[in-house]
Amino acid sequence: MKTNQLTGTLLLVLLIASQVRLIHATEEPLTITVGSKSFTESVILGDMLVYLAQQAGIEANHQKQLGGTRVLWNALLGGEIDAYPEYTGTLLQETLVRENLQTEAQLRQALASRGLRMTRPLGFNNTYAIGMKEALAEQLKLRRISELRNHPGLVLGFGNEFMDRADGWPGLQQHYQLPHQNVRGLDHDLAYRGIESGTLQVTDLYVTDAEIAYYNLRALEDDLQYFPVYEAVILYRADLDQRAPEVVALFKRLAGRIDAPTMRKLNARVKLQGETEAAVAASFLEKNLKLDVNLRVKTSWQRFWRHTREHLLLVGISLGMAILVAIPLGILAARHARIGHIVLGIAGIVQTIPSLALFVFLIPLLGIGGPPAVVALFLYSLLPIIRNTHAGLRDIPPAIIESAQALGLPSHARLRIVELPLATRSILAGIKTSAVINVGTATLAALIGAGGYGQPILTGIRLDDIGLILQGAVPAAVLALLVQGVFELTERRLLPRGLR
Amino acid sequence: MLILSRVSKHYNNTFALASTDLQVPAGETLVLIGPSGCGKSTLLRLIVGLIQPNTGSITLEGTKLTPANLLQTRQRMGYVIQEGGIFPHLSVRDNVTVMARYLRRNCDWIANRLAELAQLVRLPHELMNRFPAELSGGQRQRVSLMRALMLDPELLLLDEPLGALDPMIRYELQQELKSIFVQLGKTVVMVTHDIAEAAFFGHTLALMRDGRIVQTGSFKDLAQTPAEPFVEQFINAQRVPMEQLTKALG
Repeated sequence: MKTNQLTGTLLLVLLIASQVRLIHATEEPLTITVGSKSFTESVILGDMLVYLAQQAGIEANHQKQLGGTRVLWNALLGGEIDAYPEYTGTLLQETLVRENLQTEAQLRQALASRGLRMTRPLGFNNTYAIGMKEALAEQLKLRRISELRNHPGLVLGFGNEFMDRADGWPGLQQHYQLPHQNVRGLDHDLAYRGIESGTLQVTDLYVTDAEIAYYNLRALEDDLQYFPVYEAVILYRADLDQRAPEVVALFKRLAGRIDAPTMRKLNARVKLQGETEAAVAASFLEKNLKLDVNLRVKTSWQRFWRHTREHLLLVGISLGMAILVAIPLGILAARHARIGHIVLGIAGIVQTIPSLALFVFLIPLLGIGGPPAVVALFLYSLLPIIRNTHAGLRDIPPAIIESAQALGLPSHARLRIVELPLATRSILAGIKTSAVINVGTATLAALIGAGGYGQPILTGIRLDDIGLILQGAVPAAVLALLVQGVFELTERRLLPRGLR
Repeated sequence: MLILSRVSKHYNNTFALASTDLQVPAGETLVLIGPSGCGKSTLLRLIVGLIQPNTGSITLEGTKLTPANLLQTRQRMGYVIQEGGIFPHLSVRDNVTVMARYLRRNCDWIANRLAELAQLVRLPHELMNRFPAELSGGQRQRVSLMRALMLDPELLLLDEPLGALDPMIRYELQQELKSIFVQLGKTVVMVTHDIAEAAFFGHTLALMRDGRIVQTGSFKDLAQTPAEPFVEQFINAQRVPMEQLTKALG
């Protein structure tokens, strides 16, 4: 009976989560969705793809700055997105590395077998480079990567992707036999700030990064030819050729049109001159492809409301469901010690899964966007409520429970009339804890395309724009306080007068 | 009439209550007395069904108590414990009437019964809206007694009902409680460790030690013909200090 209720509730959660997905990305036949990685160049290219689709009269959404190649690749395979900008080196060395592909023809064949295609190269090779401050490089007389071997004391800091990828640091270290011990992983954009402040001395660069010139960095020569070629291409689903051939034709017009200096300039206009990605993408298309792009600028208020709506939806659904599921679980745990151990154990384990990892685990099941985010937030919200319900019920003095039993009240009436009211304060404390964690964790949901206040925070980190970070962080903090306030009021209403 | 027949209770290998036979005639008061851990509370908790006996049976006015009729038979018993066990989140009124309201008794009947009981235990009517935290210890025990009496039970079970009160209030409540028992003519089983209180209330006393009843009878029987030396020791332990006090005054 209880397990049935539980499965029922879980199904309900999934059902509602799937509704969110419909609200989020309306999957009508003539809408396509473009994805981009969480760095500026990818977002600019993604915006170009959106404008190109609109040129063909087709509505296009942009799932901006998703958290990592794996997320985009899976989303493309799953049909969550239709296209995204990718690099051949990433496909050969990382995504499809097990297939040991050598030529472009082999790559195209491997993609085709998965229902994917790619355009011809766009015209720039955005390979990795290893860079350091020009002045320091001069002082240490460093020109080549192999010369780093003579300076094992340098502090190395690499973007998280580079740190973990087979074609990143592990391979580089082996190839050049680098002895460095002090190596850390951090956000790619933060690495530049680390270099600037002197806490890091060496980092990975993307060759087209605007920061290379801005921070006056020297790219060390890859003298042992370690880094492969990273030709930028547009990766898209093969079925797009049938659904919207005119869009694919327009995508193909980008091939060969963007060389490395051009891309570096476009990046610089966003990162250094503060233009929006959309404006930069639009002006490029107007100038180079002679397209008349309809640049729709959203006001910051519109963006704010959208993020607020998304955030509230994520928090509201996940927390609401968590309350409905966790309180009965807490009661069950309090009444049956053995089940209690199991329930609290599982909820505890769920809590220890890093949030981004949990989001990514759920993508194969639920796609990107709202549904996996809601489910992950739901899971994270369970433990504090279960634990506090359990503790609140177990802390009731035995004399009270026995008195209720001796009156002849049956079990369910005891729960309703005596035990739950006495545990109210503890249960609400658990809900408040969950709510605050939930509002905070929901900012990470932007990494898997669920939007919310995490979106301006991500963009702000990427563009080194404190104002933009605050546009997400401040409302998130205010929302956390508001939600807590709402439950304080609820507590005043719900808490029996005798307990105040 | 409450009849216990060969009732025993053990936890793992230790007996909390050895096989016990006991009869309390209707309208009489039996006081269970003995040192801490002697099994007197266990006996009371067995009667109200908070724990189940390993052997034997308990019969109340011809009804054998079983797990199946537990909830019904509890409505025929009133149970008062030392700290009162009254619900801190409910007002006095709600504490007293909680079971009657759960059983959907008539509102007027409930209101009348509440007023009647308040008068019986001498609790002013304006206290009915207070919460337990706003009451004194003595008032809380009166509320607990009201709650126990609400459904007019045949049997009243009291586990050290006055144990947590200071001596003055305790004395006052003893007098009132006895007059209430006399007025209502209920069958009462009371647990105490105070021999004077036992003598004051009990038609019959059952002195317990290590999970069994050592002697049953009136206070006089116990004092004049103790069944074993322990009975004498137990009575003297509380009588001698009193006699010393009297001597000092004399």
